[in-house]
Amino acid sequence: MWSLGNITHSIDAWLNESFNPALALLIEFVIVGTMAIELFAVLGLVLVFMERKVSAYMQIRVGPNRVGPKGMFQTFADTIKLLLKEGLTPSGSDKFLFNLAPVIAIIAAMLLLAPIAFAKDFQMWDLNIGVLYVSAISSVAVISILMAGWSSNNKYSLLGAMRSGAQIVSYELSAGLSILAIVVLVGSLKMTDIVASQETGWWLFKGHIPALIAFATFIIAATAETNRAPFDLAEAESELTAGFHTEYSGMRFALFFLAEYVNIFIVCAIGATLFLGGWMPFHIGQWEAFNHVMDFIPSSLWFFGKTFFLIFLIMWFRWTFPRLRIDQLLNLEWKYLLPISMFNLLLATAIAIFGWHF
Amino acid sequence: MSAIQYIKDIYGAVKSLLIGMKQTGYYFTHHKEIITQNYPEEKQQLAERFRGEVVMTHDSNNEHKCTGCTACELACPNGTIKIVTKFEQTPEGKKKKAIDKFVYHLELCTMCNLCVVACPTDAIKMDQAFEHSVFDRSQLTKVLNKPGSKIMEGVE
Repeated sequence: MWSLGNITHSIDAWLNESFNPALALLIEFVIVGTMAIELFAVLGLVLVFMERKVSAYMQIRVGPNRVGPKGMFQTFADTIKLLLKEGLTPSGSDKFLFNLAPVIAIIAAMLLLAPIAFAKDFQMWDLNIGVLYVSAISSVAVISILMAGWSSNNKYSLLGAMRSGAQIVSYELSAGLSILAIVVLVGSLKMTDIVASQETGWWLFKGHIPALIAFATFIIAATAETNRAPFDLAEAESELTAGFHTEYSGMRFALFFLAEYVNIFIVCAIGATLFLGGWMPFHIGQWEAFNHVMDFIPSSLWFFGKTFFLIFLIMWFRWTFPRLRIDQLLNLEWKYLLPISMFNLLLATAIAIFGWHF
Repeated sequence: MSAIQYIKDIYGAVKSLLIGMKQTGYYFTHHKEIITQNYPEEKQQLAERFRGEVVMTHDSNNEHKCTGCTACELACPNGTIKIVTKFEQTPEGKKKKAIDKFVYHLELCTMCNLCVVACPTDAIKMDQAFEHSVFDRSQLTKVLNKPGSKIMEGVE
C-alpha cells in the first residue's frame, strides 16, 4: 500500500546512512521546519479564500471574483500587499512586547502542529501525552493576545485582550473535559493510540450519547478558543474596532491573522482526530469488504477531508450566529457547558468501565 | 432555575441555532440568486427619486430657464450655490439682469433638494449621476450654465 510513512522512513534511512546521526537529525529538523512553514503559508492562503467564499455564498454574494479565475489569487494579492505595507509601532507602546506578541502567537500555533497525525505514519512527534500537550500549548496563545493588548497602550486593545483572557481561560475547561471524555474511552493520551482505537468505527458513532455531547461541547469550546464569531469578543469590530490587534499593521497584523487561521486548522484537526478518527478511513465494525474499499482512499485525504469539514462547520457558525455579550459568553460556559461536560464525563466513564461502547 | 427549565432552555437554544444554520445552509447550497451586482460592468437601475447632483436643463437651442433670481442660493443651507449676474443689453436698449455663471460646489452639496424646490422657473433639477470621484478638489466646483447659453424666450 502506498503511504507517506514509507517515504519518510526511506528518507530517514538514507540520511542516517549518508551522515552521522546527529547531523541527520539536524537535517530532518530543517526539513520538518520548512514543511511546517510551507503548510502555514498554504493554510493561510487557502483558509482565507475559503472563508471569504463561504461567507459570500451564505450571504447570497459572489465573493472575491477579480484576481484570477473565480478570484482564486485574491489572497496572494492580499499577502503581497501586507508584505509591502509599513509596520507601524505606536510611540506610546511597549516596543519590545509589541513586537514580540505576534511572534509568540505564531510560535504557539507552530508548536501545536507537532503531535498531529496528518496521515498513516506521518507525524512530527508522537509523544505519549499528545492530547495533554495540545491543551497545554493552546493556552500559550492567550499570552500573546494579552501581550498585544497591553503593550499597544490603547484602551480598546486592552479591553479586547482582557475579554479574550477571560474567555479562553473559561472555555479551556469545557474543551479539556470534552477531550477527556474521549481519552477515558480510549484509555490513552497518545495520538496514534486514539486513532488506532477507531479502526472499528469513529468515536462519534461508537461512543453513544457521551461522544455526541462531547463533540458538541468541543466544537463550541474550539470556536471560543480560536476567538471566532460568535465568540469573537477579543476583536468585536463593531465595538472595539479590532480589539487586541487594533494598533498592528503590515506583516505583524498578518502574523496574527495567520495564527488565527492556523489555530482553526489545528483545533479542527484535533477534533477530527478525537471524534472522527483522524486519518482512519470510514470503517463499520466487521464489514471486511466495505472497510477494504474505504482503505483505498489515501489516509491523508481522509484526514484533510474531515478537518476541512469541521472548518466549514466553524465558518458556518461564524456567518450564521450573532455575537454574544461578555456576560452571556461567561454564562454559557459556567452555567451550561461546564456542568454538562462534567456530567458527560461521568457518563463516558461509566460507559468505558462497563464496556458499553462498540 | 428548575431542572426542567434548564433543559428546556438548552433545547430551545439548540433548536433556534439549528433553524438559523438551516437558513444559511440553504443559501450556501442554492447559489443561484445573487443580490449584489458586479458594479462597474452591471449597474443598478437607480430609483427615480435618487439625487446625485444638481444640473441645469438646457434645450436644443442651448437655452436655459434660469433668471438669476438667486432663490436657490438663498434656499441652500450650506452655501453650495453662488450665482454671478451680469446686465445684458436688450434689443430695445434696456438693461436686463441675467446670469453670468451659476457656480455649484458639488463638494459642499448634501443633495437636500431645497434649491430645486425653491426654483420658480424649474431651471435646475437633480440628476442621477453619482460617480463623482476626481483627483483634484477644484474639479468639483462646476459652472452649471453651458458656455454661450442664454435665457429662454418668455421666462421671466
